[in-house]
Amino acid sequence: MEVRWEIVAIILGSAAVTFVPRVLPLMVMSRFALPEWVMKWLGYVPVAVMAAMVAQEVLTQNGQLALRPDHPELWAAVLALLAAILSRSLLVTVLSGVIALMLLRAWL
Amino acid sequence: MGRQNREISGFAGRPEGCLRTDGPIKLINMDKTISLCEDTRERDTFLQGVKDCVPTLLGYWSIGVAAGVVEEAAGLSLAEISLLSLLVYAGSAQFIAAGMIASGSAAFGIVVTVLFVNLRHLLLSAALSPYFRHLPPFRNMLIGALLTDETFGVAIGKAAERPRLSERWMHGLNLTAYLNWFVANVTGAVFSRWVSNPEALGLDFALPAMFIGLLVLAMAGRRQLGTDAIVAAAAGAAAVGAAVIMDASLGVILATVAASTIGLVVEKWKSAGKLWP
Repeated sequence: MEVRWEIVAIILGSAAVTFVPRVLPLMVMSRFALPEWVMKWLGYVPVAVMAAMVAQEVLTQNGQLALRPDHPELWAAVLALLAAILSRSLLVTVLSGVIALMLLRAWL
Repeated sequence: MGRQNREISGFAGRPEGCLRTDGPIKLINMDKTISLCEDTRERDTFLQGVKDCVPTLLGYWSIGVAAGVVEEAAGLSLAEISLLSLLVYAGSAQFIAAGMIASGSAAFGIVVTVLFVNLRHLLLSAALSPYFRHLPPFRNMLIGALLTDETFGVAIGKAAERPRLSERWMHGLNLTAYLNWFVANVTGAVFSRWVSNPEALGLDFALPAMFIGLLVLAMAGRRQLGTDAIVAAAAGAAAVGAAVIMDASLGVILATVAASTIGLVVEKWKSAGKLWP
């Protein structure tokens, strides 16, 4: 099996720049007590980051706004959201979204 | 949650401390303490971390197989794909790296792009740090090394119930995701000839659906729906706006920083009674 050194260099470089942001805050910020407002600010990060990623996945397509009724991802997202609220289960949410999109793509 | 309850669940990270009779544990009935500790111990094992990872696996598999297909199509060998998956271990970055390698981009440009795409991990790692304060830096490094959007989402959901997270539980969660991602990548690369149209199966929606589930779970655990809804709406709008006018990865980072700050401001207003009582 071939391994080209330039590809390895790209992989090692990418690995390094991915590793540092992953570990640095955990290593440094957990060493001292953070001010209360920082803790509160960090408390909003999960909600904000998930909402940001969902919105981009569902509402954009190739860098363009895709807020149209014939965009099946939009309806699949609504169904997945309902499934999430009702079931509080990740597995049910993922399965509902995937099956909904499969059916919507076949119909729309 | 009452103060005493908080103190009991404070032992979650080190169940070996449960039976100590000094400290806050003295305040409460001993029988109750022991049963609560056993309960906590049971829920914080490595195996429980593995179990808590299961709902995310469909997402890892669908995206991981797709990444393997794309990497193979970019002309990477199986050994190179394995290295990429094991060392970089980040879906969107692997897609982008494969695409840029295929189009013959310079190594430096690829690495800078990957840095940029994965910079959001700074925020995830920071948000998780208060729950691992009981560990020394090296052990926190091991936890952070395998941090992903999904394991972060599951962990922060778990953290809603307790003031600290268990190291063994987190390793169970992280390693399960890591191994499944690797096997899915290799599977995609090996079977790429037979995966003709994964979109027809709706599998590309596993990732957004998982983020929707993680968002709902994150909000459900916090009991401040109003402020959280404002934050989510602001983050979504900012992320979409930024993706359209500049760049999606930068958009996620800017939207997260802006919306979290808005959350803090709204919280201040609410507690000061300026916005509504």
